Amino acid sequence: MRDFRLKVVFNQQVSQRYWHLCLDASSIQEDIKPGQFFNIFCSDYSTEPFLRRPFSLYHFDKMHLEFLYAIKGVGTKALTHYQKGDTLNVLGPLGQFFQLPKNTREILLLARGVGIATLAALAYEAYERGIKVVGVLSARTNDDLVIADTLQSLGMVIYKVTDENKTSDIENVMERLSFILKQRTIDAVYTCGSRRLTRLLQRVSSEYGIYGEVALEENMGCSVGVCYACVCQIKEKEDSQSVRICREGPVFPLEKVLV
Amino acid sequence: MTGRINLKVQIGELLLQNPVMPASGAFGEGMDELVDFNQLGAVVPKSITRYPRGGNPTPRICETPSGMINSIGIQSKGLDDYLAHTIPYYSRYHVPLIPSISGDSIEEFVEMSRIIALEEAVAGLELNISCPNLKGNGLSFGMDEEVTYQLISEVRQVTTKPLLAKLTPNVTSIVDIAKSAVRAGADSLVVANTLLAMAIDTESWKPKIGNLMGGLSGPAVRPVIVRMVYQVAQAVDVPIIGCGGIMCGRDAIEMMLAGATAVQIGTASFLNPTAMLEIIEEIKAYLKEHQLEDIQQLIGQAHSQIKQE
Ligand SMILES: Cc1cc2nc3c(=O)[nH]c(=O)nc-3n(C[C@H](O)[C@H](O)[C@H](O)COP(=O)(O)OP(=O)(O)OC[C@H]3O[C@@H](n4cnc5c(N)ncnc54)[C@H](O)[C@@H]3O)c2cc1C
Ligand SMILES: Cc1cc2nc3c(=O)[nH]c(=O)nc-3n(C[C@H](O)[C@H](O)[C@H](O)COP(=O)(O)O)c2cc1C
Repeated sequence: MRDFRLKVVFNQQVSQRYWHLCLDASSIQEDIKPGQFFNIFCSDYSTEPFLRRPFSLYHFDKMHLEFLYAIKGVGTKALTHYQKGDTLNVLGPLGQFFQLPKNTREILLLARGVGIATLAALAYEAYERGIKVVGVLSARTNDDLVIADTLQSLGMVIYKVTDENKTSDIENVMERLSFILKQRTIDAVYTCGSRRLTRLLQRVSSEYGIYGEVALEENMGCSVGVCYACVCQIKEKEDSQSVRICREGPVFPLEKVLV
Repeated sequence: MTGRINLKVQIGELLLQNPVMPASGAFGEGMDELVDFNQLGAVVPKSITRYPRGGNPTPRICETPSGMINSIGIQSKGLDDYLAHTIPYYSRYHVPLIPSISGDSIEEFVEMSRIIALEEAVAGLELNISCPNLKGNGLSFGMDEEVTYQLISEVRQVTTKPLLAKLTPNVTSIVDIAKSAVRAGADSLVVANTLLAMAIDTESWKPKIGNLMGGLSGPAVRPVIVRMVYQVAQAVDVPIIGCGGIMCGRDAIEMMLAGATAVQIGTASFLNPTAMLEIIEEIKAYLKEHQLEDIQQLIGQAHSQIKQE
């Protein structure tokens, strides 16, 4: 982990709310894994945004780090102003990554909103390793599901559910999941982006006895484990324990998180 | 000019190689990949409580203009873990280790101070008297002159190691509390902890902090803290450690001109993890630029400038 100064290769709008940022990563030697994130300084010590903003990797290779981000408030708005050739301070790679259990042949991804970006990194890794991917992607609008087509074009089976089509309610998602799990042999499930969907997947994965993981989000201060701002509750035997999302997470075993 | 610049400062018996140290709660083991702790003036780990504690509900921080509010609730693994892990971890560094102590009662402060001060690796103690007194009315110990006096004099009985009292700014007269702390035997005063604050989301209509209120830190508070350091410096003779909103070398210099002998850096490390090291370099560069050989030449100079006029 280091605080890198990286050049912007491109930073472009890909839908009404989503932007795609690509940084020159040729100076990074560290191993990077899907589920890890970088804490990005989107300002120049300005009044607002003040703190850094965490973003998980959407896609990466030896030369590039790519992020897919949704405009939310001042920080993400400020990030859109960076252009090709500008430099950004990015601290990382941070946090724990997704595990693909041995002999996994097919996985299921359940993502909501920006959680799609986080799980996309895993989808690409699975694809490269010849693991089949089924995705249920949920968002407010169809326009928010920008990368669904990209994933589909790689041969992944993608189901889109949206608020605007009234297909994103729990019952409907539950039905899709049951259908998928009955039709296919899913070895592991992964989720990110919604507490509601996390609880749903917890139920489903325990019912079917399938290994699962979740990536969580919380407001972050330092992102390196010293400030204890970004915590969540984890089941430990009979007890629950407060752990740091930036260090012990953001990826946790699905059955352990209390959401 | 000999070309050699002296950055050494003295806090009670402690000789620091430079005046820059971390603020408690904004520093810890996770930073050792980014910062060489041996370059710092001292190390101050997160405040320790007697027993393990889970901390407050999330969100625990939120951003405000030029600053942030936090209400972490001192999540801690308790004293036993501190003695078994934290102190041994920091003893590998050769800079003074100053544990920060947070008690729920005066008895707890005394007990923890006695036990922690016995550790050879411990150079001094910081007493976080800004935390709430659970046996009193829930107000911070440091909000009351009498309680401050009693707490520090009782801790004074159990150790001869330097005691740093970390004051709360949420008081009518920080000067009165400062005098009380010094009368009770504090060797140094840290001015100050965070300012009690609140922020409300105008969409959800809910407070932005799970615990409703929290402590404001960052550059937004610096002018308030500079004023307090200045006032306290006029009233007491012990060294003051300025803490609040220092982001760069010049901010540290400002604090020292107001009367601080050393500085603590908190929030700046979240924006820039190597801020402390850069601040040390910037102080050196400032001294060179102003043809000063010794950092001591800066301490409290704002006071003498005024007298001269
Ligand atoms: C590990 C991790 C990975 C993430 N990956 C992505 C990603 O790939 N793409 C993406 O678009 N977003 C991602 N997010 C969420 C992203 O960090 C927030 O949307 C962003 O910080 C919002 O900043 P803002 O100033 O635009 O919004 P504001 O709402 O103005 O932010 C105010 C404050 O709240 C914090 N905050 C607000 N929402 C979140 C959130 N969901 N998580 C954490 N902090 C938040 C901000 O950091 C800031 O300090 C991730 C978050 C985490 C913790
Ligand atoms: C996330 C966070 C946690 C903190 N925890 C503690 C703590 O445990 N004990 C303490 O004495 N002060 C704590 N503080 C206060 C800082 O030590 C410091 O007094 C304050 O942040 C002002 O300095 P700054 O503006 O440089 O951050 C904390 C501050 C922050 C931002």
